[in-house]
Amino acid sequence: MPTDFATGLRCRVCGKLYPKGPTNFCTDDFGPLEVDYDYDAIRANISRDKIARRPKSMWRYGELLPVAGVPSVGPQVGGTPLIRADRLADALGVERLWIKNDAVNFPTLSFKDRVVSVALSKAREFGMRTVGCASTGNLANSVAAQAAQAGLETFILVPADLERAKIFGTAVYGAKVIGCTGTYDEVNRLCTQIALKYGWGFVNVNLRPFYAEGSKTMGYEIAEDLGWRFPQHVVCPMAGGALIGKIHKAFTELTRVGLVDQPVTTKMWGAQAAGCNPISDCVKSGRERHKPVRKPTTICKSLAIGDPADGYFAAKLMRDTGGWAEDVTDEEIVDGMLLLARTEGVFAETAGGTTVSVLRKLLEQGRIPRNEEIVICITGNGLKTQDAVFEAIEEPAVIKPTLAEFEALSGSLTAEPVLA
Amino acid sequence: MAIKVQVPTPMREAAGGNAEVAVAGATVKDALADLVRQYPALGSKLFDGGKVRPYVNIFVNDEDVRYLDDLDTKVTDGVVVALIPAVAGG
Ligand SMILES: [Zn+2]
Repeated sequence: MPTDFATGLRCRVCGKLYPKGPTNFCTDDFGPLEVDYDYDAIRANISRDKIARRPKSMWRYGELLPVAGVPSVGPQVGGTPLIRADRLADALGVERLWIKNDAVNFPTLSFKDRVVSVALSKAREFGMRTVGCASTGNLANSVAAQAAQAGLETFILVPADLERAKIFGTAVYGAKVIGCTGTYDEVNRLCTQIALKYGWGFVNVNLRPFYAEGSKTMGYEIAEDLGWRFPQHVVCPMAGGALIGKIHKAFTELTRVGLVDQPVTTKMWGAQAAGCNPISDCVKSGRERHKPVRKPTTICKSLAIGDPADGYFAAKLMRDTGGWAEDVTDEEIVDGMLLLARTEGVFAETAGGTTVSVLRKLLEQGRIPRNEEIVICITGNGLKTQDAVFEAIEEPAVIKPTLAEFEALSGSLTAEPVLA
Repeated sequence: MAIKVQVPTPMREAAGGNAEVAVAGATVKDALADLVRQYPALGSKLFDGGKVRPYVNIFVNDEDVRYLDDLDTKVTDGVVVALIPAVAGG
């Protein structure tokens, strides 16, 4: 039963320490707050054996998460497969490639289940009855589902032009869904104002420091499944820019608490859509801070955050680790989705197509050596963004159910007959 | 009528407990200078070395000033300037 080793919330700008509570920024400089831990105590309490004996969920790394004991929300989240992707590797011309597949995360088929499980466990601990979020879709799905499980009242604010499957997949759980005209950034600002005024638990606002920690578990799982070591390269989609940083933070923590006995030399690579590329533009142009994109235009709505709050940290991380960022067109995004589905049987959402095509681009540019170990992060399920690939999929041929018509059609097909 | 600056909850103590402060000026820069003149304790929260801190977002009538003329954005009587902490994505 893991103890809560979090000591407080620390400002990422000035380092000031705050007590654990539903707050997300420093009152001196408005810098973002991040959970701080007693790593020496964690080191003395954690071991590979102890972790191996626990169920395969994200909570097997409970000492490194800011919740005490069994989490009250989402105890089964995480523990998704790390797939050795040899057919995709062949198609891309690389030797060793893995897919971290959060398209099959429980319960709502995206990595957001990880962050929401932590955020809502804390919301209950803080005695909140009402929770909510601003969302591009996946977060909304997860907050709605897990809040239903926790018996919390839920308000979800989304851009009104979101994919229908994502709006439906939120409302079905009984959440109050409010579509707002405008961009994600405008919706997010409204949530900040509501959170400041009403004190509800907004998972990506006043619960954010706790929420963000859930992302680390993708990194722990990658390292454990590789045999407690790190890959040479991780390619990660970027929306707000937090996930890529948290995966790297997970690696450094594993070294710090003694679970991995090698230094972190992993290069971090970020993927965005060309129609909303503030972070990759920041990296490529050498700017220190990103320039916000006012009106994102891409089919990849889950990455369409024009003003990513972690943009600065993400860009710095990629530069510091020797990585880089790229962005791809909508057409390349669809190509990436189809390539992944047809080589590995993984139907990822548009963000996954973005990640695959960005990897291809980075390989073509010679930035990632083809003989080194690469992990790509798939963060959401393609069933939610089917609209994006409808036009690219051939309609099935229609015949009468007779052998003659089938054979007439299959004359042009290539399958080997079983019987002579 | 004057220009109104909306102060977020965590800054209100430094603004004499006010949620809204009336200021004068022709640009956002002037308006914020007047705000800091009235409530000097806000100065270090909003600015660092003369520049607005990166995690403070400024809106003029609900439009982010980074899409306008930033601190040189013109303001007139009746305009609402909102100070909102930058927030992270979903
Ligand atoms: Zn601070």
